[in-house]
Amino acid sequence: MLAGGQRRRRGPALVGAGVLLLLVALAGVSIGAVPLPFGEVVGSLLRRIGVHGGTPLPATQDAILLEWRVPRVVLAALVGGTLALAGASYQGVFRNALADPYLLGAASGAGLGATVVIAWGPTQLGPLGTVPVAAFVGSLTGVGLAYALGAAASRHGGGGTATLLLAGIAVSSFLTAAQTLVQQTHTDDLRLIYSWILGRLGAAQWDDVTMALPYVVVSAVVMLLSGRALDVLAVGDDEATTLGVRPRRVRLVVLLAASLGTAAAVAVSGLIGFVGLVVPHVVRRLAGGSYRTVLPVSLVGGAAFMVAADLAARTLLAPAELPIGVVTAFVGAPFFAALLRSGSSS
Amino acid sequence: MKSPLTGRSTRRLTRHPALRRLFTGVAVAPLVLAAAACSSSSSTATSTAPSAAAGGSSSASSAVSSAAADPATFPVTVTAGNGQVTVPAAPKAIVSLAPSLTEMLYAIGAGPQVKAVDDQSNFPAEAPRTKLSGFKPNAEAIAGYAPDLVVLSGDTSGLVAALTKLKVPVLLLEAPKTIEDGYTEEVALGRATGHEAQARTAVDGTRKRIAAAVAAAPKDDRKRKVYHELDPTYYSVTSATFIGDLYRQFGLTNIADSSPKAAGGYPQLSAEFVVQAAPDLIVLADGRCCQQDPAAVAKRPAFATVPAVMGGRVVTVNDDIASRWGPRLADFAEQIAKTLGGAG
Repeated sequence: MLAGGQRRRRGPALVGAGVLLLLVALAGVSIGAVPLPFGEVVGSLLRRIGVHGGTPLPATQDAILLEWRVPRVVLAALVGGTLALAGASYQGVFRNALADPYLLGAASGAGLGATVVIAWGPTQLGPLGTVPVAAFVGSLTGVGLAYALGAAASRHGGGGTATLLLAGIAVSSFLTAAQTLVQQTHTDDLRLIYSWILGRLGAAQWDDVTMALPYVVVSAVVMLLSGRALDVLAVGDDEATTLGVRPRRVRLVVLLAASLGTAAAVAVSGLIGFVGLVVPHVVRRLAGGSYRTVLPVSLVGGAAFMVAADLAARTLLAPAELPIGVVTAFVGAPFFAALLRSGSSS
Repeated sequence: MKSPLTGRSTRRLTRHPALRRLFTGVAVAPLVLAAAACSSSSSTATSTAPSAAAGGSSSASSAVSSAAADPATFPVTVTAGNGQVTVPAAPKAIVSLAPSLTEMLYAIGAGPQVKAVDDQSNFPAEAPRTKLSGFKPNAEAIAGYAPDLVVLSGDTSGLVAALTKLKVPVLLLEAPKTIEDGYTEEVALGRATGHEAQARTAVDGTRKRIAAAVAAAPKDDRKRKVYHELDPTYYSVTSATFIGDLYRQFGLTNIADSSPKAAGGYPQLSAEFVVQAAPDLIVLADGRCCQQDPAAVAKRPAFATVPAVMGGRVVTVNDDIASRWGPRLADFAEQIAKTLGGAG
């Protein structure tokens, strides 16, 4: 299936995205609201991994670097990579270029979960508070509802991914309406709710990273292993079956993995738009359309994009912050438009 | 901000509910911040615990006699955020849609004329709280109370225009940028309700109490720095707000002022900046909403070395009192003075 040209482009694309990620991550830990000298930042980081020699930072700045900035960059990379990878997977499953990880109610479910807890529940139980847990559960519930609805509709004669997509839209609209209703009856919590909805990497800590990591790793591994199956699906269900791929099972497994990763990302970062939609398209334009290439390059490229977007979010108005969701949409939308334009003219 | 996002090629994308919410959220966010700053939390019963702020003397309403409105002054023309408003006769059925304005009405002796207050107006306890909303006001529901004066602090849904059409006088009194502007609003309320003299007395009382609190706070040669926290994601207030103005009167430097003007009066700060700025005083206005207290702050990464944490000058204030520009602002000032003095 994989053309020779495609195969040759995967290596360079992965290396390119990896180098980009390394560069933005280095920029991400060196630049921030508090100016830290680059040499000492490197010294502090090396010291942490056991290499002594360089000049480390003074204690407070060292703590700022290691307890606030580094976890934030790591979390941004995790979230961006997961959303982009999940977006590419959704696009493969639905064979639809406009699919993104929030298509099946992952975002609206998480929004409802977070809003309900902010409005009624105690928010500060446990190391991270209850909001991420509620968002995680809400996200999975949203996708589960959409899937159940889609499956039920399919049994009544409807068909396949188009039905599932419509079920996702219905569930999303319903959960968004419910979320808005709760929000409007708790106007005193509006700021908290909006600051969650617009993305919340601002208070990222190591606890967030450790909470998201297991789910993200499991889901990423499953998605990365599904590249060939998605490539086969792209030629159509009948052909896929003759090639030994079972379309329904592939779809279910990939959707499960993508939704799990999305739920974990959304739980720790709020609703960050455009990453899951735009990054896979950019990767496709630059490295070709095979999912065996698109999936891994999206993972690394999405991580780099999010780290860069977060860097912009916290430096453009420093020491004030911009919501990360605003930055990704503000940069992502025009960039995407330009990409579509250049693609249609060539 | 909107034009690049609503271009033709991206319009289909914005039909997606989650994305669309992001966009509408963007447009709404600054407004929400301003509005939420003057809102209250309904989760716990403040009305039963008004003395949560240290310093006592919480119920300003009992300090002023509730004399009847002086009919001789009417009709009266008052300047408000929506221009010159004429009140034809002494109002007997006031509807207040903002907690700060409700507190002021009771402080100036106009309480008996109040017919209904919004769902967030939880102080004083005798205010006739209803299900009316100041955020999503319903003109019909408000008209149902047959008001002869409506006061509100924000107009995002054309309520002023709607009520003006019904010939109901409306006073739009928004969150002030300085404490003095807040006093001006209180006097305007006094004029509009026939209690101008009482309003001036009440304002003088608040002004004196704040001045006394400022005088009582220990002086320090170097400028001490304050960080005011609205929620645990580091939303704060600058000096371009009435809360910031209060800190300025105490001679404190507000760390949020380092943020550029574009960030507005209620910017979200970077956590690392808050640590680096080394505030001498941390004021938590997120105790009720988000269960923040001095112990929780001390546990945050890298906060242990912040002077306010080391010197025991982290204080949880009543979310309501620290977000309303009514008479209880003096309670807030007294609590700040006490905290500043507590650790020297």
